Amino acid sequence: MNSRKKILNAISRSKPELQQLPEIAIDAEYDYTVLAPQFLNILQTNGATAIWVEDIHTVKEDLQKDIANGKYTVNTIKALGKENEEVDISSNVVDLATVEIAYIWGTLGVAENGSIWLEESQMKNRLLPFICQYLVIVLDVKKIVANMHEAYKQISIEKGGYGVFLAGPSKTADIEQSLVIGAHGARSLKVYLLG
Amino acid sequence: MQNSIKDHAALSEIFNEDEKRVNWHDETLWFVRQKRDKAVQDVTEWEQLREYGSQIKNHTLSSLDDYLIEFEKRATANGMAIHWAADAKEHNEIIAEIIRKNHIKQVVKSKSMLTEECNLNSYLASLGIQVIDTDLGEYIVQLRKEHPSHIVLPAIHLKKEDVSDTFHQYLNTEKGNNNPQYLAEAARQQLRRKFISSELAITGVNFAVAETGGFVVCTNEGNADMGVHAARIHVACMGIEKIIPKAAHLGIFLRLLARSATGQPITVYSSHFHKPRPGQQMHVVIVDNGRTRQLGRPDFRNSLKCIRCAACFNTCPVYRKSGGHSYHNAVAGPLGAILNPNINMRGNADLPFASTLCGSCSNVCPVKIDIHEQLWKWRQVLTDEGYVTFGKKWGMKALSLVVSSPSIYRISGKMGRWIMRHFPSLLANKTVNPWYKQRDMPDAPGQSFRTWYLKNKK
Amino acid sequence: MKVGLFIPCYIDQFYPQVGIATLQLLEKLNCEVVFPLNQTCCGQPMANSGFTGKTGGCNKNFVNNFSNVDYIVAPSGSCVLHIKEHLHTENEVAAKYIRRNIYELTEFMTDILNVEKLPSYFPHKVGLHISCHGQRGLHLSSMSELVTPSFSKPEKLLRLVKDLQIVLPQRSDECCGFGGTFCVVEESVSVKMGKDRINEHEANQVEYITATDVSCLMHLQGILRRKKSRVQVRHVAEILNAI
Repeated sequence: MNSRKKILNAISRSKPELQQLPEIAIDAEYDYTVLAPQFLNILQTNGATAIWVEDIHTVKEDLQKDIANGKYTVNTIKALGKENEEVDISSNVVDLATVEIAYIWGTLGVAENGSIWLEESQMKNRLLPFICQYLVIVLDVKKIVANMHEAYKQISIEKGGYGVFLAGPSKTADIEQSLVIGAHGARSLKVYLLG
Repeated sequence: MQNSIKDHAALSEIFNEDEKRVNWHDETLWFVRQKRDKAVQDVTEWEQLREYGSQIKNHTLSSLDDYLIEFEKRATANGMAIHWAADAKEHNEIIAEIIRKNHIKQVVKSKSMLTEECNLNSYLASLGIQVIDTDLGEYIVQLRKEHPSHIVLPAIHLKKEDVSDTFHQYLNTEKGNNNPQYLAEAARQQLRRKFISSELAITGVNFAVAETGGFVVCTNEGNADMGVHAARIHVACMGIEKIIPKAAHLGIFLRLLARSATGQPITVYSSHFHKPRPGQQMHVVIVDNGRTRQLGRPDFRNSLKCIRCAACFNTCPVYRKSGGHSYHNAVAGPLGAILNPNINMRGNADLPFASTLCGSCSNVCPVKIDIHEQLWKWRQVLTDEGYVTFGKKWGMKALSLVVSSPSIYRISGKMGRWIMRHFPSLLANKTVNPWYKQRDMPDAPGQSFRTWYLKNKK
Repeated sequence: MKVGLFIPCYIDQFYPQVGIATLQLLEKLNCEVVFPLNQTCCGQPMANSGFTGKTGGCNKNFVNNFSNVDYIVAPSGSCVLHIKEHLHTENEVAAKYIRRNIYELTEFMTDILNVEKLPSYFPHKVGLHISCHGQRGLHLSSMSELVTPSFSKPEKLLRLVKDLQIVLPQRSDECCGFGGTFCVVEESVSVKMGKDRINEHEANQVEYITATDVSCLMHLQGILRRKKSRVQVRHVAEILNAI
């Protein structure tokens, strides 16, 4: 008998009597003017920089500044202007490793933990949000939800094949519990809340 | 590390020889517990969340085979290759075969307690395949050729001086430079080269979702993603109990996990994998290795609900004051004490007794595993199976006789107290009486309560 | 109301003053108290060591002694918890009755007697040690791990005592390390846990440490005496009964 059959048979023999799934009912706030400050606050605590801007102009300007500074900046957001076409699904890892700054569009934000759902279609290459040195995310303020339950109601996780809830710059406390910002992923996260 | 001694009490005694270090270890882990407390107090519905998490896991275990079949079907349709491993040996062989078939020389691995449990690294090393652990804590212990002492904070037993010495030896960092930022940067640079050049990345699985045929991997460092998105092969290892029914349930578990583990509302990265990217292979290895046996034990099957947060470790005063290595297993702490006897009863008969049954672990468990009650029940099983010392067995037989008979009880008590009063040195002896090593004996009064009662009340 | 007084074996033998205080206190609160003369032990030391199978004789004796009372009260959280969870005999009706009607002292005083005042006086600074089994098993007080409203039956009663100053350590409910046979089988960790509790109480400069369980106090007292500390231990019954 192969292992698959062995394991499934063993489970069938050993499992307990059927227990019901619970009905999940958890309250949520829906007013984005209440959620946005909470979201910004927690993002800052997570070590990110987060600013609420009225419109996309500020972001466009900052993007131009980054490019002008000579750092290899990748823009994947159509609304910000010219996108870096060289970054796509077939990009070479060695090339991606040279990216300094990456601008990526966030789909949805979660107020209770400061996380942002990034979809594969937005990041152009799965490695980009991790391998860049400095990550910038732009998010529509009206796309902030209260908690993870609300988030999962709005996204479909199997769409596109890969997605990530990203809640700040990479970090570690593995050296005697001292917090170090910037582990293997991006060293920093800047979030622009639009609207 | 004391590999030859496999007894918690003996190893703890050695650990306690350096009281300053014990204090430091204890305070460090208590601080993690306090961070957890702060985070959960912010969630007014926390106890409700725990109840939901517990019920979802209870339900899942009662339909585990159906959910695994559903997961396999959908994951396969998504383009993943699903493998089934009955035990550690098979798990290791499956991974070795994937490596061999694809002519891989170098492998990066993010944190997976399952691969620790199966001793994957040493198996692959014996085949000439180099595995690099990329979680910083695991990387440090790997360089030092030690085992992790905690399932979430692998290097919690090490001070920055220890890390500095290790990095100086292996990464050529400045001798004596203990700055954590400096050390972490050195690891970042070194491991970045490995990520870029790796062809195969191994990860664990925090949650596998039956409904969508995908799985979630949570990290703070981003090392899992750096590995898998660069590599052409992603191998994800999961125990059968990691499955959850629906995507919506991730809402419950992701809210419970990081708060319980480190006091963060969520880990920096919660990566959801459904399809390999074009040209990439994605494999999932589903492992039993004793889990179905545990599933068949009504008293202990709830231990399979575990989401590996280690909150029970951080709260346990025995763990904090004896260290993870005293548990002589990949999984230490209260969790280890209820899982390991299932795998090897004789070798782990000491673990359920490494506890005062205080119950704090059960209270912090995000999925309401009755840990301290299982510890008590394991004691009964181990005793029934005969894994108990001769002295203890006969001591308990004698005790049982004494307390079953009121007159023998009274005489024994009276005699015992008389001996304590007139021959104190018999018990005031550190070699014969372990109580007396660091504690004075209680006074031995002239009369028992009963004697007083008869004199004064009757 | 007839109360059967259950005095745990080690209190009977080594700390009779706690039994005396308990009896006197209950009588002051107008209970008719009887002390069944043939009681021995609850069986916990054997059961916790894995020898539940050996508790048959002990359980039978317990049921024989405690079947003709309205309530059974003991100055011990762990013993009461053990009976509530593990007392089973051939006479299951009697065992069930006992399991339902056995109380730890402070829980009895709060839940059944509804004590709102006490004629007690103990002008000292006292550190309260929260004994695990009473707290997490019998819910004598809220638990620091849970997100629930705060309450404490022992503390509420102690605050009725005139001029008593109660302080809690920072780690309000960390275990003292006694744990039954754990105290000798895992001696080094047991003592380390006790020392750490004591350090916190000493930092608060208490004169006494109190608890609902004598087992905790016996263990802490052993360490206090070894280091020649001026801090003494008193069971809550002794303080609640003090005049």
